[in-house]
Amino acid sequence: MSEVLVLAETTSAGVRKPTLELLTAARALGEPAAVIFGEASDQVVSQLGEYGATKVYAVSSPDMQEFLSLPKAEAVVQIAQAANPVAVMVTSGPEGKDIAARVAVRLNAGILPDATKVSLDGDKVSGVQTVFAGRFQATSQVQRGPAVVTMRPNATAAEAAPASAQVEHVDVSVGDNAKGARVASREPKVSTGRPELTDAAVVVAGGRGVGSEEGFQVIEKTADALGGAVGASRTVTDQHWAAHELQVGQTGKTVAPSLYVAAGISGAIQHRAGMQSSKTIVVVNKDAKAPMFQIADFGVVGDLHAVLPALIDEVAKRKG
Amino acid sequence: MKIVVLVKYVPEPTATWKFAPDLTVDRAGVEGRLSELDEYAVEQAAQLAEKGVASEVVFLTVGPAKATEGLRKALAIGGNTAVHVVDDAIHGSCALGTSLVLAKALEKTGYDLILTGMASTDAELSIVPQMVADRLGINQGTFAGELSVDGSSVTIRRDTDVATERVTIALPAIVSVTDQTGEARYPAFKAIMGAKKKPITTMSLADLGLSADQVGWAAASTKVVDVAPTPARTAGTIITDDGTGGSQVADFLADRGFI
Repeated sequence: MSEVLVLAETTSAGVRKPTLELLTAARALGEPAAVIFGEASDQVVSQLGEYGATKVYAVSSPDMQEFLSLPKAEAVVQIAQAANPVAVMVTSGPEGKDIAARVAVRLNAGILPDATKVSLDGDKVSGVQTVFAGRFQATSQVQRGPAVVTMRPNATAAEAAPASAQVEHVDVSVGDNAKGARVASREPKVSTGRPELTDAAVVVAGGRGVGSEEGFQVIEKTADALGGAVGASRTVTDQHWAAHELQVGQTGKTVAPSLYVAAGISGAIQHRAGMQSSKTIVVVNKDAKAPMFQIADFGVVGDLHAVLPALIDEVAKRKG
Repeated sequence: MKIVVLVKYVPEPTATWKFAPDLTVDRAGVEGRLSELDEYAVEQAAQLAEKGVASEVVFLTVGPAKATEGLRKALAIGGNTAVHVVDDAIHGSCALGTSLVLAKALEKTGYDLILTGMASTDAELSIVPQMVADRLGINQGTFAGELSVDGSSVTIRRDTDVATERVTIALPAIVSVTDQTGEARYPAFKAIMGAKKKPITTMSLADLGLSADQVGWAAASTKVVDVAPTPARTAGTIITDDGTGGSQVADFLADRGFI
């Protein structure tokens, strides 16, 4: 079976959830081989193995983190040229897109950005993408490989399939021409203790209807009551009632949680594009005509400042 | 400093979009506009010209004849001239093909800094800028929420899932900007009229030294083989809050196993 190169992302807490999803999706195409930058700790290697990686390419290049994406793309290209994989898979996101696009040009290979599903027909890789602001599902077939795929987080349920991962250390030569974009500073996101927005199973999001920065707090409290992440519409982040990184929609994050609670969000097409793959949608809005109700599984026409506090109390009561 | 802004003429987001029989986007049968996400790049270029950082701003698009409308809109916001690559053989190009056409056109126009939007509002791929960078052998800074330019470099702020980065990129470079950089101005009537006098140069594949078999549908590295409407969501239960709204939501969430 052919290898599938899977670009693994790790944090101090171990392998990120979207990477476990990638490994799971990769198994439909071939044998997952993870690529990691930095130290291949026992914890990371065993976690990658648990989700099916039979090989871990550990790329050591001490200064790689100082430069934007290009050295990583060169490393992936060099590994791909040697391993001849059926596909190269990364997680959709700023860095994943940067790497995938460059890799596709270098390998003159078809790219499937933001795939939600991948499959293999004979020797050709196909992927499903959500297009036209979520209105259609398009299946595309890669005509020349290896298929370069960026997968949407939360589109695949991560499932373990234990394998024993063999570590292979790779030395990659990164040319000076790959070092033209230097990261001057990198400020890690401050942990709120809440799940990451793109990985969360539950997202509670607020829109214009929250009314103010103080008004947005009820969104945070509801998210905490339900153990979810906090999201926001563009109006809220433009008004600085919440941080930009919480924005859900076309110019923010795309999420697909099991539960999405939209409070005070009218549901402009740009917002819906970022969340309409959510499995269950609950809407609270004063305006019965808000387009958001059209995609609601359960909707309450009412003031979020009355409905959400009552919900928080009910959740506390039921949890005992 | 010469700035080239890559812009795309896209179907109006609120219009009903259709697929053509070859499963490409039917661009002829739908009203179009300058991609809203490219307007942010146009605005940044206009501001850099006003600050005296840019001595020349050129808008570049690849698209059907109607795409001229998008260039006129950009020229009403700012800039000096525009280039329109139009050729029937480009129809159906994949991202690799599109980036090849853009890169060849950029070699013709010349550039110090290339700006564009973070994505097109039709395909929403966010991969073409990096491909153009790779083909031209230049640096890139994508998803910039802020940018500043000095003589030899551009510095951007970008947010990834895990960090906020400040990146200094040596010129020449391509930078894609997000809506965080600020809304585009609304052009005044005088600017709209003035834009009509700004020159638009048309180029074909032959002008770029490309042959029809290098791009377009036949050369595409990916092909759409099936499209299906996203299954409609089944109509939900909508209630009006009578004081029990919160507990009814709780009932629903408990029923679905979320509490």
